[in-house]
Amino acid sequence: MAKLSINGRAVEVDVEADTPLLYVLRDDLKMNGAKFGCGLGQCGACTVLVDDKAVFSCMVPVSVLEGRKVTTLEGLGTIDKPGPLQRAFIEEQAAQCGYCTAGILMRAEGLLRENRRPTDAQIRERLSANLCRCGTHNRVIKAVKRAAEYLRTAATTDSNRT
Amino acid sequence: MGCLRHYPLGRGGRGDSGLSEARCDARGNMRVIRGLLIAIAALGVIVGGYAWRSSFAPIDRPQASSFPVENVKAGAVLAAIGNCATCHTRDGGAAYAGGRPIVTPFGTIHATNITPDPSTGIGGWSEPAFIRAVREGVSRDGRHLYPAFPYDHMAKMAESDIKNVYAFLMTRRAQVSASPANELAFPFNIRSLVAGWKLFFLDRGGFTQDASKTVEWNRGAYLVEGLAHCGSCHTPRNVLGAEDKSRAYAGADVQGWTAPALGATSVAAVPWTGERLAEYLGKGRSPQHGVAAGPMADVIGNLAQVPDSDIKAMATYVASLAGAATKERQERGARAIARAGGEGAVTRPAAAAAPGASVYAGACAGCHGEAGRQPLDPALNLALSTTVRAASPNNLVRVVLGGIGRTDNQPGPHMPGFANALTDKQIGDLLEYVRANFTDRPVFAGLDVAIRKARQ
Repeated sequence: MAKLSINGRAVEVDVEADTPLLYVLRDDLKMNGAKFGCGLGQCGACTVLVDDKAVFSCMVPVSVLEGRKVTTLEGLGTIDKPGPLQRAFIEEQAAQCGYCTAGILMRAEGLLRENRRPTDAQIRERLSANLCRCGTHNRVIKAVKRAAEYLRTAATTDSNRT
Repeated sequence: MGCLRHYPLGRGGRGDSGLSEARCDARGNMRVIRGLLIAIAALGVIVGGYAWRSSFAPIDRPQASSFPVENVKAGAVLAAIGNCATCHTRDGGAAYAGGRPIVTPFGTIHATNITPDPSTGIGGWSEPAFIRAVREGVSRDGRHLYPAFPYDHMAKMAESDIKNVYAFLMTRRAQVSASPANELAFPFNIRSLVAGWKLFFLDRGGFTQDASKTVEWNRGAYLVEGLAHCGSCHTPRNVLGAEDKSRAYAGADVQGWTAPALGATSVAAVPWTGERLAEYLGKGRSPQHGVAAGPMADVIGNLAQVPDSDIKAMATYVASLAGAATKERQERGARAIARAGGEGAVTRPAAAAAPGASVYAGACAGCHGEAGRQPLDPALNLALSTTVRAASPNNLVRVVLGGIGRTDNQPGPHMPGFANALTDKQIGDLLEYVRANFTDRPVFAGLDVAIRKARQ
C-alpha cells in the first residue's frame, strides 16, 4: 500500500513498492496528463513535480514518495479554468501533436516556481530534458515567458490589494 | 596532511564543496607550509637571482597566414590531447579565452587567455617565449607561472610539437578577455616562490625513450607523461601541491570528483587491457568498467579529435602501468564477467528487505536490469562498474544526483540524474543496497557526508 499526496489530495493505492509513479497515475488513478514516452528517463513526456521539482515519473518508484508532494498536469488547471502556463501555451499555440506538451508544461512549471523571470537561455537549458519531435520549441519558449509575465502581473495585483 | 592532496586541477569554482573543506583542514598545516615556502624563497635569493627571468620583447601578432596549414592542424590535435580548452575556457565563454577559476588549497588561480589578442592574450608572444612558457612555466614578461598550468608535464614535449600548438593557438580568433586577478593568500601570492618550487619539482630533462619497449608504448608514454598530463589528476599531491611520484597514478580527489587509480591499485573488477582503455578513451565508455563523467567527460570530448593511433598508444602505456597482462589477470577478468552474468545489464534477485531494494527496482533496474527495455546505449552492468567498487562513494553519488552526458547535446550515454526524485536518505539506502548487492567490497565509508557535499 502506497500513501501519496497528489495535487493536494491524499490517496492510497494498493501497488508494489517499486511501481513507478507514472503507472500509478495512469493505471490506478486514471490521471492521464503525464504520458508514457520511453520509460527510461530520456524523453520527458512523463514529467511531474515532486516537492516543486521536476522528475521523470516513469523512474520514480512510489516507495520514495511518502510524505512528499506530487503535482501533475491536472494540478495546473482545468479545461474551463486553465492555469497561467496552460493559458499561455494555448495563446501561443505552443503545441503541435501535443504528446510532449504535458511534460514540458510540468518542467516549465518547476522552473517558474523557482524563477519568475527566466531568460531564454535558462528556459532552453531547463527544457533540454524534454524532447519534442514536432519542432514547437520557439513557441514553447515564448509561452513560458508569457506565463512568467502573467505570474508577475498576478503577484503585483495581489500585493496591491493587500 | 591528507586534505592537501585534494589539489584540484582543471575545472573548479562552481560550488566545489570539497575544496573549502580541504582549505579548512589545511589551515593547521599552513604555518608549516608557509615556513617551508619562505625557506625556499630565501634559498632562491641565496642562489642569487635564480628566480629572475628575462622578458621576451612583445612582437606584432603574426599573420595567421604565416603558419602552414599542416602545422595548425597538427597543433589542433595536440591541443586536444593536452585538454587545453577545458581549463582555458570559462563556462559559456569563447574557447581558449581563459577566465576559468581553478580552486586550489593555496587559493584561486584564473586560467589565462591563450587566444592571440595582443593585450589580454598571447598575441604579443614570440615562438621562443611560448616554448619557454610551456617548458619552464615562465610568462613572456619573465614572471613565473603557477603550476596549475601543468608545465611539470609539458616540459617533456618535443619542441616541434610545442611549435605546432603555437601555430594552432596563434591562428584562433583573438578574444579580448582579461582574466580576473588570482586570489592567493600570502605567501603564495609571491610568484618568485614558484622558482623554488621548480627547483624541487620541475624535471627539465625532457622525454627519454625506453628502448626496451615498443614504438607504440613509447609514443603513449610521451603523450601520457607529457602533454596529456594524466598524472595531474590521477596522481596524489604532496603538501606543496606537487605530484607525489612515489604514488604515481594511485588516484586522487579533484574538483569534487575522484580520479581513480590507473595502475596496480585500480579496483576495477575486470583488469584493464589496452583494448578496453582505447575504447574508453575513444568513446567515453567501456562496458566492462564504466562511463566517463565529471572532468573526465571533458577529456573524452577533446580526445574525439585525436587519431586512433595516438589513442591506442596512450591506452597501451596506461594499461602497462598495472604491469604485464598476465594470464592470472585475464582469468580474473573472465571470472568477474561470468559472476556478473555477462557484459550487458543484468539484475540479480533483489534482497527485498533492504530499504534500497525497491528504489533500485523502480529507479535503476529499468535500464541497468534485465527488464528488457534498454536505452540506445546499453546501460552498464553495475557488478562491473569501477565506480560502484571504488573506495570512496563520491563519484557514484555525483552520477546518481546529476546523471551522465547531459552536456553540449552530445550523443552518447545518457543517464538522467535523480537529485529531484530522491532524498538524501533514499540515495543513501539505494547506494548501500547497490554496493552490497553488486560487489564484494566493504560498505561505503562517509556516504552521508558525500551525499550532503555533492548536493551543495
